[in-house]
Amino acid sequence: MIDPPRLQVESGQAVLSGHWTLAAMLPELAALRQQLNVAGEEARRWDLSRLERLDSAAAVLLWRTWRNAWPAALDISPLHRQVLERVADLPPTLPAGAPPRFNPVEVLGSQVLRLLAHARGMVALFGQVLLDLVYLVRHPREFPLRELSANIYKAGAQALPVTALVGFLIGVTLSYLSALQLRSLGADVFIVNILGISIIRELGPVLVAVMVAGRSGSAMTAQIGVMRVTEEIDALSVMGVSRSQRVALPKIIGLTLAMPLIVLWTSAVALLGGMLAAMLQLDLSLHYFIESLPRTVPVANVYIGLGKGVVFGFVVALVACHFGLRVRPDTESLSTNTTRSVVTAITSVILVDALFAIFTRHLGVPTL
Amino acid sequence: MNPPPVIELRGIGTRFGSQVIHRDIDLRVDSGQILALVGGSGSGKTTLLREILGLLQPSAGSVHLFGVDLADPDSGRQRATRRRLGMLFQQGALYSALSVFDNIAFPLRELRCLDEDWIRRLVHLKLGMVELAPADGNLMPAELSGGMVKRVALARALALEPELLLLDEPTAGLDPERSKQFVALIAALQQALGLTVMMVTHDLETLSKLATHVAALAEQRLIACGPKAEVMASDHPFIREFFANDGWKTALMAAHGK
Repeated sequence: MIDPPRLQVESGQAVLSGHWTLAAMLPELAALRQQLNVAGEEARRWDLSRLERLDSAAAVLLWRTWRNAWPAALDISPLHRQVLERVADLPPTLPAGAPPRFNPVEVLGSQVLRLLAHARGMVALFGQVLLDLVYLVRHPREFPLRELSANIYKAGAQALPVTALVGFLIGVTLSYLSALQLRSLGADVFIVNILGISIIRELGPVLVAVMVAGRSGSAMTAQIGVMRVTEEIDALSVMGVSRSQRVALPKIIGLTLAMPLIVLWTSAVALLGGMLAAMLQLDLSLHYFIESLPRTVPVANVYIGLGKGVVFGFVVALVACHFGLRVRPDTESLSTNTTRSVVTAITSVILVDALFAIFTRHLGVPTL
Repeated sequence: MNPPPVIELRGIGTRFGSQVIHRDIDLRVDSGQILALVGGSGSGKTTLLREILGLLQPSAGSVHLFGVDLADPDSGRQRATRRRLGMLFQQGALYSALSVFDNIAFPLRELRCLDEDWIRRLVHLKLGMVELAPADGNLMPAELSGGMVKRVALARALALEPELLLLDEPTAGLDPERSKQFVALIAALQQALGLTVMMVTHDLETLSKLATHVAALAEQRLIACGPKAEVMASDHPFIREFFANDGWKTALMAAHGK
């Protein structure tokens, strides 16, 4: 149906016929290019008058065969000459994209500057949220209660099953591994101290923070990011609704309120798992475990755990909102910022946890 | 032997659940025609276009492009057919993570047999065709104005030099001056490349400047299809209503003494 592109060279004259289009050339492109190269060496005259179609891809190919110059003798219809003329009119040196440069000092410098810019952005967002809070205290009717409750439900209530499952399994694992060591020392009863302190004070809050950063933090960044892409954020501003007040504030307050509750829940379930494992492994009765827990673990640990929950929730939501608002309207930026949001949230949580460990080192440590 | 029609719809029916969109639509577009598909909002124009593109499967009937059934199980032939058509989406649908240059180069690179120099020259040819400067190739889609997005999308649709160009609302979102320029650009390219064009449009000016044939969708059917003058002369109430809007434009022009 479509005549394939054909090329014949006879005594210094190259004759082209058929459809010289990209689609028609594709099946035998390599062979055709080879033929053209040979023809480019030998032919003096080019007869293109029998061409049925010539598209710009084929024209570029011919032009390159002719080494970017018109051949000495050329037979061609005016229509096809136009196609070739367009190729001939291209500037000889075409601007390519900026060449990639790699300069370690520059890379390091830009990384540091970016880090500082993020820190500044987060402080600015925090300040904005504080200002919004002051405003909302003075205008309590404008408080975004619906958004707040939706956020507490999504980031809090819906996270309970998965955090419980993970908490339970961690409790069982920790208890089982400790029991093996403790039994060889004959120190079975210390399982209560180990599980109590480690879960309530450290593992519960950090575990929950990591899970929530992956679950809710990424969701918040992606949601705000898509709102940026679809210009919903701009629509909010146009209607005179502050984006930090309606979008960021409910998320940050919501997670700050919900996180200590999830921490309490997860620590409780983890302790339950540890208790059950201890009962099966060390024959430690549940009654004894529950009775000795308040004696061995000072109540300050619970407050520290809950305090960590508040701070971690705030950090995760602040980081998520900051990166969400930085998304530029393209898909690449959305994925980069969501990744950065989760990585930064988890790193900051661990960092803050270290600060907690240093500043609370004299609190809640049991005296033996 | 006559070449097969570029687009041929046979007995197309579409329904979403219990909602019937199309009933028994037959349509034929021959090589070199510029067909405008018109119809009220929600009459299923874009749906029909998506069925021609193979993005949606019609509930009944078949779509043939260049004589090849879209439901042809041979994936190689399917791909070859798809390379022969270019589509200009209403919002451009540019790949937002790629620069303008890479957007236009994308379909060329997908062939995996063109070298970079060849691709670079072709991309710059296409940029020239849609009247964009070579330096615009370095811009990202987010930095473009609405008119430029359309131009880049058109350049991308033309990258493989298709025989069939499908346009969804080509002038929507452009100001009258821009839209006039864009229509002239499409008309010039159609002439130069010998394209067959099918477009969905609301804009009467685009239609009157560009189309040679008109198909009108209403009441789930194709109520008229044929050369522009014939369809415009039809006395179906929808068509009279649709083209009657032109009345005030003529009146306005007369008032301005043009």
